[in-house]
Amino acid sequence: MTTSLSVPTTDRVAPDRRPPALGGFSPAVLGIELRRVLRNRRTLAFTLIMPAVFFLIFGLPQRGQQLPNGRAVTAYIMVSLAVYAAMVATTSIGAAVATERALGWSRQLRLTPLRPAAYVAIKAVTAMVLGLIAVCVEFAVGAATGVRLPADVWLSTGLGAWLGSLVFAAFGLFVGYLFPAENVMQFIGPILAVLAMFGGLFVPLDVLPDVLRDVARFTPVYGVGEIARAPLTGDGVSVAALANLVVWTVLFALGATRLFRRDTARV
Amino acid sequence: MTSTQPAVELSGLTKTFGAVTAVDGLSLRVEPGEVVAFLGPNGAGKTTTIDMLLGLARADAGSVRILGGDPADAVARGRVAAVLQTGGLLKDLTVGETVRLTANLYRHSRPAEEVLDRAGITGIADRVVGKCSGGQQQRLRFALALLPDPDLMVLDEPTTGMDVEGRREFWQALRRDARSGRTVIFATHYLDEADAYADRIVLVRQGRIVADGTTAEIKNLAAGRLVRATLPGADQAALAALPGVDAVEVRGDSVLVRTADSDLVARHLLTRTAARDVEITSRNLEDAFLALTTDHAGA
Repeated sequence: MTTSLSVPTTDRVAPDRRPPALGGFSPAVLGIELRRVLRNRRTLAFTLIMPAVFFLIFGLPQRGQQLPNGRAVTAYIMVSLAVYAAMVATTSIGAAVATERALGWSRQLRLTPLRPAAYVAIKAVTAMVLGLIAVCVEFAVGAATGVRLPADVWLSTGLGAWLGSLVFAAFGLFVGYLFPAENVMQFIGPILAVLAMFGGLFVPLDVLPDVLRDVARFTPVYGVGEIARAPLTGDGVSVAALANLVVWTVLFALGATRLFRRDTARV
Repeated sequence: MTSTQPAVELSGLTKTFGAVTAVDGLSLRVEPGEVVAFLGPNGAGKTTTIDMLLGLARADAGSVRILGGDPADAVARGRVAAVLQTGGLLKDLTVGETVRLTANLYRHSRPAEEVLDRAGITGIADRVVGKCSGGQQQRLRFALALLPDPDLMVLDEPTTGMDVEGRREFWQALRRDARSGRTVIFATHYLDEADAYADRIVLVRQGRIVADGTTAEIKNLAAGRLVRATLPGADQAALAALPGVDAVEVRGDSVLVRTADSDLVARHLLTRTAARDVEITSRNLEDAFLALTTDHAGA
């Protein structure tokens, strides 16, 4: 019956040989990256579950206590821990660069049209998305356990905690390009905890000795912590806090950029 | 292909690491459509050459042209793709996700299902990369390299660490994919792979090309037989004058004769000389390979 001898072939349609738009940055790539992050139990445990548990353990017993302006102390603790959650989240994504360099994935990517800048952009956006989720989870736990705030305070403290965590996305990338190690977060985790301590996220800085309190003002978490809590305490944002945030963000971003250039030039 | 540009043009490529010269003034031209084996022992400079070819390493001297342009441009346009030796995969992505992620980095790519199928890994698309065997990971790298439908495919020892079955399956997949137009360069230290899958063999030793020809030509280097005998004070000139003799070598009391006609040499030795312990061995590609790629310097 069949007389045709023609064999179906995959005809060579001249493929579109232009480099990709935006250097390879695309929603599809971002989506796979996010799914991968959200599947990582370790990341979720440290960024979403641990800060929420901290709130239940250290925040809830303070129920009934009030800040000088009459707001609940639990809200103060919730915002502080939201900052902590966001900074762990953004750092871990940035630092994942270290793992990917150690595994040789960055080298594999260099055989694709993905531009190194687009790769960093994907990491930064992923970091900020995870940071946002971390803040939302912490706030949800707070709201579910009785924290009540006016809508504008929820919004402004949340935005402060989230946007301020950009400094740690830069910090993570800096660390990621500094150490090509698969388990870099094991070293960074404790450092973040110490920084969070100095930033007044675990205990108010007022309880620290004077010397430590003065040193604390120059550590990288201080600025974001103060800024995120300002709408809640009504203290207003100090120049020192703002300067702290800006200087550290610029320093980490410059450091990351420098290392990133060294890495991509090392052909 | 309407282009008459060479697929690859390396000229005077040199790379040193400290006191070690890994690649030493290597020049090579590969025409579109050729399947070339880059054959040499470990440490011959194959991987370093491939890294420079792909723009992953910078040459100390010399130049690389791929399809008329520089390697970075060829990579950005998906005209060249490569299967590297080790690493390079995220353990926590599935096979299918790795392919889809990479596919999205190109402006145009073959469908993910198609390359999975061609690489023979459709069945493990949902498996996490960290749980795949070395051979499966290597076929995943191959699938990734198929995505841009490249004009030039470079494979660096693609079957290292695979068992016999894995090697066979990998080459079958590559052969299924082989079609006119695509240039393939693969590095290997397996002679049989070069013999079975390449049109042309480039033998490298110490960063230099020591032989370059069709598979048949390289095999001819190994043609003939070797006659060895114990013969103190052998008359080298008389032996060399026999028909078919290529070379005569005297080592102490032994004489070695490389020849196309071993019977004639043996008859001569046994009837006209005091030779004893006559041995005749055939030379094969392995011998040619060893002769050409073994370092005799300083011996």
